[in-house]
Amino acid sequence: MLLETRQLSRTFGGVHAVDRVDLAVAAGQAFGLIGPNGAGKTTLINLISGHLRADGGSVLLDGATVTRLAPHELTARGIARTFQGVRLFKGLTVFDNVLVGRHARLRSDVVRRLVPRRSRADPDRERAMGLLERVGLRRRAGALAGELAYGDQRRLEIARALASEPRVLILDEPAAGMNPSESGRLRELMRALVAEGITIVLIEHDVGLVMGTCERVAVLNFGRKIAEGSPAEVRASAAVREAYLGAEDVA
Amino acid sequence: MDAIADFLATYSTTFAIVGINALLALSVWLTLYAGQLTLGNAAFMAIGAYTSALLGRHLGAPFPLALAAGAVAAAALAAPLGLTVFRLRGVYLAIATLAFGEVVRVILLATPITGRGQGLNGIPPKTELWHIYLSLAVVAYVLWRVQGSIAGRAWAAIREDEVAAASQGIAVRRYKLAAFVLGALLAAWAGGLSAHVTFSIDPNDFAFTKAVQILVFAVVGGIPNVLGPVLGATVFTALPELLRPFKDYRDIFQGAILLAVIIYLPRGIVTLAELRKTRRLAEIGAADVA
Repeated sequence: MLLETRQLSRTFGGVHAVDRVDLAVAAGQAFGLIGPNGAGKTTLINLISGHLRADGGSVLLDGATVTRLAPHELTARGIARTFQGVRLFKGLTVFDNVLVGRHARLRSDVVRRLVPRRSRADPDRERAMGLLERVGLRRRAGALAGELAYGDQRRLEIARALASEPRVLILDEPAAGMNPSESGRLRELMRALVAEGITIVLIEHDVGLVMGTCERVAVLNFGRKIAEGSPAEVRASAAVREAYLGAEDVA
Repeated sequence: MDAIADFLATYSTTFAIVGINALLALSVWLTLYAGQLTLGNAAFMAIGAYTSALLGRHLGAPFPLALAAGAVAAAALAAPLGLTVFRLRGVYLAIATLAFGEVVRVILLATPITGRGQGLNGIPPKTELWHIYLSLAVVAYVLWRVQGSIAGRAWAAIREDEVAAASQGIAVRRYKLAAFVLGALLAAWAGGLSAHVTFSIDPNDFAFTKAVQILVFAVVGGIPNVLGPVLGATVFTALPELLRPFKDYRDIFQGAILLAVIIYLPRGIVTLAELRKTRRLAEIGAADVA
């Protein structure tokens, strides 16, 4: 397994936001994480990406325990993520946002820059441009990130995350605020990334998008994993229907 | 030629202070560019001034060595301090660093070797104008090149959004600490130079007023590039001299200029030519120093 959580837990003042969750994401898989509002999806992601400390349990990346690592160390090891509600560097250009995303793969250039030389072709800049091309933002490279339309900001955030050459890409509600044609293109992008060998963990409210993209889906409710399996299996699960529709409708 | 020589001789102290203030403004630029408001640089300046003066007096240390020792002492103190205070943000960080400045001032007031309240007198005038302006040229060039480097972009990213910066693989605390320690080093270097210009120093030269003054130089000049702090320091140091004929109204003029810049050029004097960008940044609600 590329990414695993074992009995991962986190409480906030007595509330079990994430309660002994086991997940196992295989390399090259698109893994979906769904659940009603407040089910603990984003908390779980924050635990995995190091933005929150776990109270118990562990996170494993490629078999190694990474539970206590800081976010920047996890990025260096190959976990990249986007944020629910988008967190771009609004005052920097679109292009610089992607360059910053490459930080984990760059070596310090301060000394080199003190002696100015004629500019050579810079593979990192070309790569950043290539990523912008890929998400359809090449023409906006010089704009300020905060000036982009909301859907474009989401795509820029994905390009920025890809710049770190992640093994696991965690997308927290990437389709929120996108129109159907945009989310269709997002689905194509995710499929292409999986085809390239990138593992995706997708958190989404749009159950259709998850079911259409992911080979495996886990369902959270009140911090607990209540179901896991193929989209068809999850759809058939009584526990899932109960979580989404309420107990009475199940009978 | 004689006229120029006369002019330089008459105003050489002013030129020296302009250069030193520019160095101080650049020292606080480092942390401001990374989005961190720190007010400890007057204290680091004091450490540089006292260390270099005392080393010269009691051990006969050569001037460059005494300057360097002062800078290293300040940096050595800034590292553990930074590790502690960078748990705080925004105004809390500013207050913590200000408190550190007060502690340094009180220690200087109470210690026999630093001359207590009288300070140190008869410091030999070893600083030449070219020492100051060579330092300034080197520092400004290095910071300009650093700004466009990977480290400079990392600082900008931290200023815009710390959580997202960490997520891009940036070791946020390490970068903040580096900015703080480098700023301390630079402020202490400037402090050493200034002690050997002014003949005497006492603890109140490095108090709250000085800390705020350094901040005003940098903010009024502008943080978006390294010319800003240099320009801010120049304007605010030379202005009192230029306004000498209107001596009684000098403070009013200065206050009015400060207000006008903050209201009409919130990103500083150097951004006069990019008012449109200022408006765009304001519209998207970005951190307002970029």
